[in-house]
Amino acid sequence: MKRDMSVTVAGVRFPNPVIAASGTYGFGEDYNELYPINILGGISCKGLTLLPRSGNASPRIAETPAGMLNSVGLQNPGVDVFIEKHLPFMKKNGNIIIANFAGGSIDDYILTAEKLDATDVDMLELNISCPNVKEGGAAWGGSAEGAAKVTKAVRAVTSKPLIVKLTPNVSDITEIAKAVESEGADCISLINTVLGMRIDIKTRRPILRNNVGGLSGAAVFPVAVRMVWQVVNAVKIDVIGMGGIMTAEDAVEMMLAGAKAVQIGTVIISDPYAPLKIIGGIKHYMNINGIKSLDSIIGKVEKW
Amino acid sequence: MYKCGAYPVIEKTAISAGIYSYEILCPEIAELSKPGQFVHIKIDGFTLRRPISICDIDYKNGSLRIVFEIRGQGTAKLTSLNVGDNIDMIAPLGKGFTLPDNLHPNNRVLLVGGGIGVPPLLAIAKTMKESATAILGFRSYDKIILAGDFKSADAHVIPCTDDGSVGFHGAVTIPLAQELSKGDVTKVYACGPEAMLKAVIDECENAGVSSEVSLEERMGCGVGACVVCACETERGMARVCKDGPVFDGKEVYKSLGRKGAFL
Repeated sequence: MKRDMSVTVAGVRFPNPVIAASGTYGFGEDYNELYPINILGGISCKGLTLLPRSGNASPRIAETPAGMLNSVGLQNPGVDVFIEKHLPFMKKNGNIIIANFAGGSIDDYILTAEKLDATDVDMLELNISCPNVKEGGAAWGGSAEGAAKVTKAVRAVTSKPLIVKLTPNVSDITEIAKAVESEGADCISLINTVLGMRIDIKTRRPILRNNVGGLSGAAVFPVAVRMVWQVVNAVKIDVIGMGGIMTAEDAVEMMLAGAKAVQIGTVIISDPYAPLKIIGGIKHYMNINGIKSLDSIIGKVEKW
Repeated sequence: MYKCGAYPVIEKTAISAGIYSYEILCPEIAELSKPGQFVHIKIDGFTLRRPISICDIDYKNGSLRIVFEIRGQGTAKLTSLNVGDNIDMIAPLGKGFTLPDNLHPNNRVLLVGGGIGVPPLLAIAKTMKESATAILGFRSYDKIILAGDFKSADAHVIPCTDDGSVGFHGAVTIPLAQELSKGDVTKVYACGPEAMLKAVIDECENAGVSSEVSLEERMGCGVGACVVCACETERGMARVCKDGPVFDGKEVYKSLGRKGAFL
């Protein structure tokens, strides 16, 4: 039987539903040495800002039970260098390209979005959820008003499909999701990392130089599934699910919750081959269950 | 160019209290490896891989040797692997040491290692042989590792201990200054605690000799994508995993010594 692994998210067709999450795959160059990265459904690039950023002080990473904390702080070469240096490489490889970007002020967001709008990236992913820097947008993403305001401003300057990436560090995720939908977002992606902390009991210092950081990996997966499911039930626009997906089974679970596509990140840090294994595993799941198209699993969880 | 796969342990030795040596059969990795590069090891039950420097490369047999210290739960778990078990690793990674192509017979290079910083220098000694002088610092005689291996490689060895129990009594920088003053040293390679590296770079600067230092940092992907292991350099932020772990001493001098000693 012919299996169709493609999915269409906010009008953009992905050859398969597995997308590398922003911040874990760079611009793809580093993994193209190991396997052809165009196997992935898409790549969400490292979070871009208007100007280059050097990020937070090291250490910026810590192991946690079934996961990790990071506090990179949006180190990136800036949107101009991305367009000039990295985008041509990504384009040449033929992946669907999602340009993730963050900012401090509304003007930062607008100027960055304008620059990206003029390129041939396939989608924009508005990051209002980076927990590690005050310019990372979490201040905007933390309230429905803030989220609406920045979404509206960016919507006005781009005609590209607009994804808004939400933070889980809020009391009611559906309120934020509805706010960005009403201001013209085409898609919502979630969850960004969960704010966390670890302390070295010998030195009595936080392991991260930034004191706190974002928790990701298997530990956050159930939180992500719950939030994706809540958002899918609260809005009409497409949703991309992420947060702790480690296996093909996790990806299927996320799609059952209603995600049209999934992003994977931490698992790639653990296992560079994870994208291939997850894509292969989804195909295997389709084969053994006689599933022709992923549409027949997306959002098909039946609640009690 | 790097590979990712599972490769068998062919030899395992506890070389000192809490310090282990593994020989791993991995021809496709060994042939690509250079002194100063590292392997990134997946340990069952842990999300993050553990970066461990390459201690020795056997190009003929297609194997790599790694020597590491138990630092926490991950490295402790790693020691449960035995001969015949597979190690899941990504390697070789990073930028290694730049060795001189044609060293004049009258010239030498110096290797300066502190504690668990000693292993990556052995691969240089194996290449440079009698043209290398290794100044190796340890806390005390019972902490000494690999000194015999450096001698077997025909390198001249100057052991140093903090407590004077063996060799020179005191910091590696004192014999370093003496060796540099002889005027025949073209390059210094160092790995060890950041405070030591800083002092080594100072001495090299005084003597007008260039240095390369190997740095340690908590890492994520190991291949340059996640930019977790950042280090400030004169050229801006660098990735320890991809732009390093070996850097020109002067280039990273200012970023050193901000963390505690890593010995």
